Amino acid sequence: MAVSAARIATRRFSNSAFVAFCYFVTAIALVFLAAVLWTLILKGVAGMSPDIFTMDTPPAGSRGGLRNAVVGSAMLCALAMAIALVVGILAGTWLAEYAGDSRYGSAVRFINDILLSAPSILIGLFIWYLLVANVFHHFTGYAGSVALALIAVPVIARTTEDVLRLQPTSLRESGVALGTPFWTVIRTILWRASTGGILTGALLAFSRISGETAPLLFTALNNQYLSSMNEQVANLPVVMFNDALSAYDDLQRLAWAAALIVSTAVLGVIIVARILTREQRSS
Amino acid sequence: MADLAITQTAAAARRTARTGPKGAGFEKGFEYLCFAAATMLLATLGGILVSLLIGGWPAFAKFGVDFFVTATWDPVEGVFGVSSLMLDTVLVALLALLMAVPISFGVAFFLVELCPTFLRRPIGTAVELLAGIPSIVYGMWGLFVFGPIFAKYVEEPLMNAAPPGSIWDKLTSGVPNGTGILSASIIVAMMVLPFIAATLRELLLTVPAQVRESAYGLGATTGEVVMKVTLPYVSRGAIGAVMLGLGRALGETMAVTFIIGNSHNFPKSLFDEGATIASTIANEFAEATTPMHTAALLAAGFILFVITFVVLTMARLMIGRSAKA
Repeated sequence: MAVSAARIATRRFSNSAFVAFCYFVTAIALVFLAAVLWTLILKGVAGMSPDIFTMDTPPAGSRGGLRNAVVGSAMLCALAMAIALVVGILAGTWLAEYAGDSRYGSAVRFINDILLSAPSILIGLFIWYLLVANVFHHFTGYAGSVALALIAVPVIARTTEDVLRLQPTSLRESGVALGTPFWTVIRTILWRASTGGILTGALLAFSRISGETAPLLFTALNNQYLSSMNEQVANLPVVMFNDALSAYDDLQRLAWAAALIVSTAVLGVIIVARILTREQRSS
Repeated sequence: MADLAITQTAAAARRTARTGPKGAGFEKGFEYLCFAAATMLLATLGGILVSLLIGGWPAFAKFGVDFFVTATWDPVEGVFGVSSLMLDTVLVALLALLMAVPISFGVAFFLVELCPTFLRRPIGTAVELLAGIPSIVYGMWGLFVFGPIFAKYVEEPLMNAAPPGSIWDKLTSGVPNGTGILSASIIVAMMVLPFIAATLRELLLTVPAQVRESAYGLGATTGEVVMKVTLPYVSRGAIGAVMLGLGRALGETMAVTFIIGNSHNFPKSLFDEGATIASTIANEFAEATTPMHTAALLAAGFILFVITFVVLTMARLMIGRSAKA
């Protein structure tokens, strides 16, 4: 049975087209990434000055920096991560160790996966309704942190569950066989064995929330000065939003500097998380 | 001696029996604590639904069906309708998917089948970084860098080349300033691309090596292996991955807010300015002056929630538990 040369040629051609297409679109994606990073570095570095970390956000036309926004972002993210770590690790532990195949467990797992992709702006609206409108009656940093925490919790819960499931059953059995209460087994053996994975999840969650803008627009809002958590708290994303859309050159420069700071933090954290997972796999 | 040892052991055993091992008393408490944390996840989703519904109820009650079918958005007169917002939201998301799907599938195929091993990690990380860049940075880049280039090299030539009166002419009418529905969907496409690519890559890696290798062994080309063997093997999950991208695109906020132009009219062309539900909430919510304006925005949020919830549910059902995203 002879294979026609024409058919081979067609197949060869369509395969080359397929391979070329894959190379081409990957190149497009990488070019987009390079273009965004290039802009960030170019405009961000141009906006950098010693004032950035020593002065507060200025009104248009006067000298200023981003000190209050950097500090505010750090406060908001720190509190959010503290809440999210506690809730996320406990929830992930319940899913991995206690839920089993129960209906309720599957429901929570499913909802968690939905929350992973839920629009962050709707979480902001929810927290606005819950805390700003009905508890505090004013914009506050606490509401901002809770909104960010709700975005981070599903990420941490999911990774915690995944790494706990990777731990061998014999580890649990050997702990229990020594007469250790199961919750002590979880705390002192399973969590300790899973530290790397949980840390990776925490880093990814942090990278999700540190550039998050939408939910802060109506929870923490903004502030011209350093402030306590119970007031409006300045933060880098909202400063970027306000300043980038302003008509003033100096404010736009500040916005790009803020963008560079936030992106460096986010991308740095992602790369660290990536390196952590590699070490785990190779060991 | 032996007696003493036995007495000591017995005493120790009695002590243990009396108090139990250290910390045993909190055994149940810890389980309840974990259970409460897990329940909080359910409560969050329920809370979003209920709070948006209650908060938006005044708008639903006052405007009724008109809220869904009219496009008037007039905070001064207090008249609100979300039909153009819904249309723009869906339009931007679908256009974005139209561009993101071929690219992300190509990237996933590249990473799984074609990429040299030493480049796999760097390129994988690069795609991850693309997903990690904050939405607002995409917005700024879109408005200040991409927009002007797009206006000059794509919008203007397309408009000038359009034969008057044709569909082409209609689709490209408007002001070529780089903002608008098409620009927004291109930026959104960039943002959802890594999510679809990463999910599809995970799925493709679940195809058993024997299946792939036997296809290669029969003499199939790379293209044939992917299109006829591995992609059909994960077809259900692949559709799920696309739906996941759709869910992301529908809720994309900050980038769209920067570049869509924020005009509450029915879009007349691809270059026309528009406003999505998410971008309208981001722009107006903190400055909403009347209770009805706030209610209308919350009601719009409720609609967005229902749409994304349905899309994401379908996505998750199709992907199953195998792939992370």
